[in-house]
Order: sequence, then C-alpha cells, then structure tokens
Amino acid sequence: MMRDKFGSLTLLFSILFLIFSAIFIHELFSASSLTWGRLGVAFVLGQRWDPLNGVYGALPFIYGTIVSSTFALLAAAVLGIGVAVFLSEISPRGLREPLSAVVELIAAIPSVIIGLWGIFVLVPFVRDYLQTLLAPLSFLPLFSGRSPSGLSMLAAIIVLSFMITPIVVTVSKDCLLMVPRELKEAAYGLGARRYEVIRHVSIPYAKSGIIGGLILGYGRAIGETMAVTMVIGNSYAISPSLLSPAHTMASVLANEFAEATDIFYLSSLTAIALLLILISLLINLAGRSVVMKWQRSVR
Amino acid sequence: MGIQKKFVIAAILALVIIAVASLTLQRPIGPPQPTVTTQTGTEPTLGRRIVLLGAGATFPYPLIAKWSQEYEAFTNGMVAINYQSIGSGGGIKQISERTVDFGASDAPLTPDEAKRAPGLLHLPETIGAVVLAYNLPGIEGRLRLSGGVLADIYLGKIAKWNDPRIASINEGMALPDREIVVVKRSDSSGTTFVFTDYLSAVSGDWMRGVGRGKVFNYPEAIGARGVQAKGNEGVTAIVKQTPYSIGYVELTYALQNNIPYALIKNKAGKFVHANFDTIASAASAAVPKLPRGDESWDKVSIVDAEGEESYPISSFTYLLVYKDLSYMDKDKAQALVGFLRWAVTEGQKYCKDLYYVPLPPEVQRLNLETIAMIRK
Repeated sequence: MMRDKFGSLTLLFSILFLIFSAIFIHELFSASSLTWGRLGVAFVLGQRWDPLNGVYGALPFIYGTIVSSTFALLAAAVLGIGVAVFLSEISPRGLREPLSAVVELIAAIPSVIIGLWGIFVLVPFVRDYLQTLLAPLSFLPLFSGRSPSGLSMLAAIIVLSFMITPIVVTVSKDCLLMVPRELKEAAYGLGARRYEVIRHVSIPYAKSGIIGGLILGYGRAIGETMAVTMVIGNSYAISPSLLSPAHTMASVLANEFAEATDIFYLSSLTAIALLLILISLLINLAGRSVVMKWQRSVR
Repeated sequence: MGIQKKFVIAAILALVIIAVASLTLQRPIGPPQPTVTTQTGTEPTLGRRIVLLGAGATFPYPLIAKWSQEYEAFTNGMVAINYQSIGSGGGIKQISERTVDFGASDAPLTPDEAKRAPGLLHLPETIGAVVLAYNLPGIEGRLRLSGGVLADIYLGKIAKWNDPRIASINEGMALPDREIVVVKRSDSSGTTFVFTDYLSAVSGDWMRGVGRGKVFNYPEAIGARGVQAKGNEGVTAIVKQTPYSIGYVELTYALQNNIPYALIKNKAGKFVHANFDTIASAASAAVPKLPRGDESWDKVSIVDAEGEESYPISSFTYLLVYKDLSYMDKDKAQALVGFLRWAVTEGQKYCKDLYYVPLPPEVQRLNLETIAMIRK
C-alpha cells in the first residue's frame, strides 16, 4: 500500500510539472500572439530590430545565438573531451580527484563573475593581442575587420566555451570511467597502444554519454545570458565576422524586457523567448535521437 | 486501493484547480477594468502603521531609499515606503494596474500610456543629467563637444578623434588619429531617452534618421565601432576599459568612477560643465513652459534649455500618482499625500549628497499645486 501511495505521489508531481510546462508555453504563445498575427514568419526572418520605429525582426538574435553557441561547442568539445580523456585514462590516480574538483569548481562560478572577467581581462586581450594574432587570417570573412573595443562575437565564444567545457569534461569523464576494464585489457592484450585503446575502445563505448554532455553544454550556451551580454557588444547588425559585435536571443531579453512598455514591443520580445525555447527544444531532440541511434548501434 | 483512489482524486482536483487558476489569471493585455480596485499593501491595524508601495525607475532608487528611511524616522515609524526599482516600464505598468500606490518613471507618459491610466499626475521628483564620458589616453584638459558634433559622432559621420570638426572646438588639444569607439546602452532606458531627446533637439539629421526613444539603433555608418553595454555601470566599465571611446552615462556614474566627461555647448553658445547649478538652471529655464500636473507631460523636455549657465542634456524624473485617491483607504491616501508633499520640498535636501540635482523652488511650487489637486 505504502508503495502505491508513494508511486501516486510521484506521478502527481510529474503531472504537475507537465501541466506547468504546458501553461508556460501557452502563456508565451498567447502573450506573443500579436506579433505572430501581424508578422508571422517574417518575424523570424526579419533582419532589422528597431523598436524606436516599431520594426521587429528576430534574425540577428537567432543568428547570434546559434553562431556563438556552435563555435563555443566546437571549442569545448575539443578541449573538454581532451581533458576528460586525460583525467580518466592518463592522469595518475592522485591527480584525478583534485583536477576534477577544480573543473567542477569552474562550472559553479556565477555567470556574472565570468562576465566581469570577460570585460576586464578577456575583452582587452582580444582587442590588444588576439585580433593582431588573427590578422593574417583576415582574408577570411570570418576574421575580417578589426574590433576597436574588443567586444565581439569572438569574446562571447571564448566566454561560452570556458563556461561549458566543465560540463563536457565532467559528463565525458564519468562515461569514460565506466568503460569495462575487460574491454580495454582485451585490446591491450591484442597489442594495441594507449592511443589506439582510447581511440577505438574507450571513446566509441562512451560515445553516447559524451554526446549527451555536449548537448547539455550546448543547451547551457544557448541560454546563457549575463556573461554573453557583457562581452558580445549587443549589436543588432548581422555580420559574418567574429570580430564584430553581435547579439543573442537571451541577451536581448535581458536587455530590453524591463523597460519595454509598448504592447507590440513586449509581444515581440515574448516571441523571441518562445523561439529560444523552441530552438533549445529542437536541439535537444536532435541530440537525443543521435544518442539513441548510437546506443542502438553499440548493442 | 482506497488510498490510491484518493490520490487519483487529489490529482484530478489539482488539475481542475490549476486549469481554473490559469483561466482566471489570463487577463487580456490592456487597461484594467475600472471596477477592479485591488487592495494594495499590507496594513496591519495595530497602531495604524501604513506602508506605501512604489515601483518604477532604477535611476531615482538611491534617493527614494534615502527618503523612505528619513520619512519613516520623521513620522516616528508610522509611515514606511517600500519602493521596488524594477524599471520605468514596470513602474508605469504597475501604477496603471493600481498594484502600487505610486509609480516612478524617467520619461513622461506617452499619450498611449496616459490613455491606459487616466488621471495620473506627474510630479517631477529630481533632475538627472546625462554626460558624455570619454577615454582619451594622454590627453589633458576637458574635451568640448557641441550638439551637432555629438550627433554626427553617433550618426557615424565623424569617425576619428582628429576630425576637423572636433579639433576646431578643442584648440590646443592633441587629438589622436584614432577611430572613435562609440558606446551606447543595450537595454532600454530613460538615460537613452534623454540623450536621444537632446540629439533630436539639436540635429535635424538625428531627428529624421534616428529619432528619440528609450532605445535606438546605430546607423550603419558606425559599423564595428559601435558597441552597446547593459546599464549605466556597463557603459561606464566599457568606456573606462576602452581607449578612444565615448559613451553617455548618468552624471552620478561619471563622478563616482572618476571618468572625465565632456563640456557641452548650450543654446547660448557656451561650453558648460554638468554640475548642480548648471543642471538646476536648465530646469528653471523650462519652468514657464511646464504644463499643470494633471495635463499631458509628453512634450515636456528640458534639453537644450535657454540660459547662459544651463547644461543642455538633462531631464526630470517623475513620480506618478492618481489624482483621485478615493480608491484607497482614507488613512493611506492621507499618508501618501503627506509623503509626496515632504519629498518634493523637505526631501530635496538629501539630493546633493547622493549626486542628484535638487528641484529649483519654482518646480517645488508647481508640485505643491499638483499635490493640492489630489482628491482623497
């Protein structure tokens, strides 16, 4: 009997949570209906955001969010998986715990602190050194131009990758540690070297977990607000160069919600919030399906 | 089984309650029904201590916090003020819905906003000035700017510090051959409103190309030189960090952070420094043109004011309160009126310590006339 009671209680909680999410999405829909009614798809594809003249287009923010988080994810994937492999496979036992603790500590730093570090350390570094270093690549549109202030998409990408690397490391490390000893020993027995074991045994085995970590990190990067707003320069223009200032969906919400009084303006901001949720949802679903496919292929 | 059934019933009940709640909570956006008068604040009957609720602009927050402390002491703890600095937009929304007893906004109500909250009075509570903070390494002396030059810097027409138009009003200053990094607010704000109001007043190009508002877009000519930062503190930090930059901030922030700010050419043709006297002078000059407290303040602006000593980029920030307070209980209305009367007169003496500009006597008088219109 006790078990049933407990089971029903947890069921109730889950239902409540579902209902809350439904109300939440419904509320966002109804609060942004004005924008969808007036602009529809043109809102998503609109390249201009000019509240002063009542022009609302979400593309600069969608572009900024996707570009900044994707590049950050790439950087975090390389760095994070590297660190995870070191921690799980290579590092001596005595070093593993303290190093993991440090990595987890970084994940716990509040984003406003990272943002301050961004403004006072990273942005001047990008302005004075990094872009000079990148100057030979300036024939690429990606690195064209110069950033006189240092506030740029590049600074946002660095901040974001710094923030999501710990997530990737922690999840990947745990998955790598779960690779059965027998498998690895068998590979060593066949004469494989350490690199080969990691490359052909450990990583494939832990793949779905690692991808899961990357998705978590991506989600964090897409939703990150404070740290990004502080370093990205918040420009409404879409520019192919990483050295230009840009804007993201989360940062426009943080910036403009408090003082938005006009109904159409408020509705357009709410529409961006809805888009942000939909995009993270889509990415999550895509990631999940990839993970499931891999899990099936492993078995 | 019995217990499980109960839980199923409980779950269904919870569902129904939530559904009903979500339906009733769905109010259409727009004016509240006039019949709905919400009981505001907590009013313990013990000793009739009254708490006045306010919400709105962040700019006057430190001053209102000081007032609340002083006024509570002044009334022996009988009247307390609870002010939430949630931004002007939020303040206007909350006073429109009567969920607070008074609102505060950096910009006067637009005709549209006024229509949604008929009967709101404007009470200028203090004056804020916007200054142009800059970062020019190795340059001694104060930079001088005129409205036209400033507009063209923000329009992207003047791109370098050694532009002849800047040089001609800054003789003897070794202006560098460097690109100007232009900084503005990324969040929508009253500071931006005052700044764009000023540029619209002095530059036809600005008026036509950009306009006045709490947010604006950089013209394309600015390109990557234009950056945006959140809040006065964000702009201050970036100007402080970035060589060859310029940005507009509330005077307080420039003073507290010890950043140089430019002298601005006023209507009379003099380059003036922003300080208590020059800002108050601009407010005094505007007094003859001010509307009554119950009229529309939409067109009120004290930028580019007349007068030899007037600093040209400043504005009032307002308390908003209903002319007809019969919707709240009598004691509370009494307390609110008492507080307002005190704030716009006696309370002004706390301004200077907090770097706010006290209202000149003419504006205080206007406010007292407005307060006299309130029906309790």
